[in-house]
Amino acid sequence: MTERAQRLLEYADDELILGWRDSEWTGIAPSLEEDVAFSSIAQNEIGHARALYELAARDLGTTADELAFDRTPDDYRCAPLVELRKLDWAHTIARHWLYETADEVRLAALKQSDDPEVAGLAAKMDREEVYHRLHAEMWADRLRGEPRFENAVAELWPYALGLLSEELRTAFSERVPGTVPGTGPVERGVHSDELRPLWEEMTMVRRSVPGATW
Amino acid sequence: MVTAEQVWNALAEIPDPEIPVISLVDLGVVKDVHVDGDNVRVEFTPTFLGCPALEVMRDAMAEKVRELGAEPHVDVVLDDSWSTDRITPQGREKLRASGFAPASPRQARPLQLVELQRGFRCPYCGSTDTNLENLFGPTPCRSVRYCNACRQPFEQFKTI
Repeated sequence: MTERAQRLLEYADDELILGWRDSEWTGIAPSLEEDVAFSSIAQNEIGHARALYELAARDLGTTADELAFDRTPDDYRCAPLVELRKLDWAHTIARHWLYETADEVRLAALKQSDDPEVAGLAAKMDREEVYHRLHAEMWADRLRGEPRFENAVAELWPYALGLLSEELRTAFSERVPGTVPGTGPVERGVHSDELRPLWEEMTMVRRSVPGATW
Repeated sequence: MVTAEQVWNALAEIPDPEIPVISLVDLGVVKDVHVDGDNVRVEFTPTFLGCPALEVMRDAMAEKVRELGAEPHVDVVLDDSWSTDRITPQGREKLRASGFAPASPRQARPLQLVELQRGFRCPYCGSTDTNLENLFGPTPCRSVRYCNACRQPFEQFKTI
């Protein structure tokens, strides 16, 4: 697999799995506004995953759907941060804010890529992500200083570091007060126990009729 | 043999699948049309990447080209070329007339929440005494606002 396809898959898997986790708030968020917000953010993230899978699929001679749904859990390259099932508002907002902050750093780097397809897609995604960041920052401002939120940020920080390649971690750390770039990152490569149940649910319909066109 | 103008006119008849008051050409998703004999290549620059209407739009454009007797090739352009700035002035008026506030112009610097909170014009009564209720709405492209003057909720196109 080329370096480019590998990087695209990492990013696509992050967005798909986080989109799935965000969608778990649909119907049960603390307010109707947040129900709509997390559902809409989930839809955007899964749309980004699809566009990234489409680029990777062309390089790999496959399709976006096959990449999204026909791999085994061990073949996914997402960071453990996005796998965790966090149906607790403090953790959800902590992850959302850490992810969107890291994603801004990642997108800024990709927009400078000398690969025009990657740079173009990153610029498009970034236009949509602006709204995710506004939402995440609004909530982080509201919860900052609350012990439950601060503890959740501290707990998830090593996971958040694992989203980014090493050269981007310092820039990320500068955006998150009180953290240091090297604090025991939870790297990609070993999945948490929570990915498999997600995968079972996410691929259930597709696995029920292999090869069907939906 | 078809001309590019005929193709543009045909594409202008396709309504947006989710907001049918406005056409795909008014929405600005047709970036370019190239005619080469019986082959027509349409460059399609999608709105939001997660929009479920994208496939419907792509199929509808291909169908229109086929109706003209040509072979369609709809190329999806995955870059930053679509913006709410591409919605035509007629498109913006049609949106407003059906209760959607059009987007404000794209700016070079990132949007701030405070800029979105106040001051957008209500498409029903024209008052600017409106609040942002939710950055997110029923589709990826819209936010939800409330007009304090006529007490009417309305949807606003997000600027991207």
